Amino acid sequence: MTWTGGSASRTAAMMTRLHESMARAHASRAAAGVRRFTRAETWVHRALAWLMGVCVFTAACLYFPPLAEIVGRRRLVVTVHEWSGILLPVPPLLGLASRAFRADAGRLGRFFPHDWRWLRVALRRRRRESTLAGKFNAGQKLYAAFTVGSVLVMAGTGLIMWFPRLSPLFWRTGATFVHDWLALLIAAVIAGHVRFAVMDPESRRGLRTGYVPRWWVGAEHTLWRPDAPKSVPDKSNGPDKPVEPVEPGVPETRRRGREAPKGEQGKAP
Amino acid sequence: MEDRTPRPVRTPEPLPPPDPEEHGRGTPVGRRLVLGMLGLGAAGVAVGGDVQDKLDTVLASVSAKDPTGVTALLPGGGGFRFYSVSNSIPHRGETDYRLTVGGLVDKPASYRLADLRALPQQRLVRDVQCVTGWRVPKTAFSGVLLSTLLDAAGVRDQGTAIHFSCFDGVYTESLTLDQARRNDMLVALTMNDKPVTAAHGGPVRLYAAPMYFYKSAKWLSGITVTKDVEPGYWEHYGYDVDGWVGKSNGRHDDPTS
Repeated sequence: MTWTGGSASRTAAMMTRLHESMARAHASRAAAGVRRFTRAETWVHRALAWLMGVCVFTAACLYFPPLAEIVGRRRLVVTVHEWSGILLPVPPLLGLASRAFRADAGRLGRFFPHDWRWLRVALRRRRRESTLAGKFNAGQKLYAAFTVGSVLVMAGTGLIMWFPRLSPLFWRTGATFVHDWLALLIAAVIAGHVRFAVMDPESRRGLRTGYVPRWWVGAEHTLWRPDAPKSVPDKSNGPDKPVEPVEPGVPETRRRGREAPKGEQGKAP
Repeated sequence: MEDRTPRPVRTPEPLPPPDPEEHGRGTPVGRRLVLGMLGLGAAGVAVGGDVQDKLDTVLASVSAKDPTGVTALLPGGGGFRFYSVSNSIPHRGETDYRLTVGGLVDKPASYRLADLRALPQQRLVRDVQCVTGWRVPKTAFSGVLLSTLLDAAGVRDQGTAIHFSCFDGVYTESLTLDQARRNDMLVALTMNDKPVTAAHGGPVRLYAAPMYFYKSAKWLSGITVTKDVEPGYWEHYGYDVDGWVGKSNGRHDDPTS
């Protein structure tokens, strides 16, 4: 029975080592960085990226004659393309169950004065001005909205072509037109997205592990306050519950002013 | 999933200069962009058919003079799109290619490529129209008229239709005898004056000029005269058996022949 005993103790030692290293990794990550994404968010991104990858690759196999000739199996490729495409909205919809995801979706959807300035600088001086970027810069905000819009349009036009009997030919030709040309635009935009990711290993690490180094926040998203109370809503005053005024009669701006960093407080009337 | 650990309010580093931290509601640019794209998408579906028609004309003339071939990759810009029904492109050549003519005929026959080349050749220059919408203008095909092969075999009285089989093992097609005897139905050996490539269904493919291109079976290896029309591969997926360009499949394209 030495064999069993040896195996058991080996397993136990392995588990201990595994736990230790996991705890060490977590501690070092937490010490070195700030939390940018929760696990729900990293998984939404991962699932979306894989689905999009499959969808784009199968699209290329249907579209470019040289690839089509190599791959063949058109009916199989069409089926994979249809399903990977129609499943694209699923990860973000599941993500809506996470409060952090909803909060970030809200951040991505809204423009503030500095975002317009960020865009102006980007357009005029071809520069990404990190001092005008919150948790997400204006380019990332536009990219997120473009992704949502194009997934919806591609799904709609794709469904028209998927079930040709449900719509008149006139719609089908129009849907093919939109689907084909938007696909080219999406390919270009995704290429840009991947290029920015390749250029910035820390942002990739942020999406892989959820953590980014503190210096990176300062260098890339200067306006983001990961530690501000706003990003972690406390239980008594979460966004899901009706907001009780802390002190009735105190104007909204002044109450906010007190939570804000000192600099802004100085400006408060 | 939620990180609920309480955060220390003060940070070890000095606070950065005053900032327009994202307080308030801001401008819902994301929502506007998404709604705008949906609107544009709907408008595109409404006018897309007409726009693509015009683009096709422009792109066809551009790609004819484009040595780089880049325009061929644009939607509608390039001519042929490759819809392969089988798992890979089958290859046959001079030594192993045979075209058999059989079924309800008096003299079944088997032709090698050289035999087909020795027969009278017919050349046709027509537009190629696909049922999915793309059209390639002025494409030349040459080969043996189907009627030449049918006359040589001697169709019996019971024979009213032709079944085409292909050496990829998947593709099949059909024509009625009357359709097959038209003078624009070819057993094609060349396309644009070059031997038909394997990707385009070579060395021998059917070219049914007045019909949508799915009727022009690739990798043709068998012509069988039958009693009734046996619907082919694409017809099983809902396309019309009588695939006249402009008069079938719910389409109104200009006739090609």
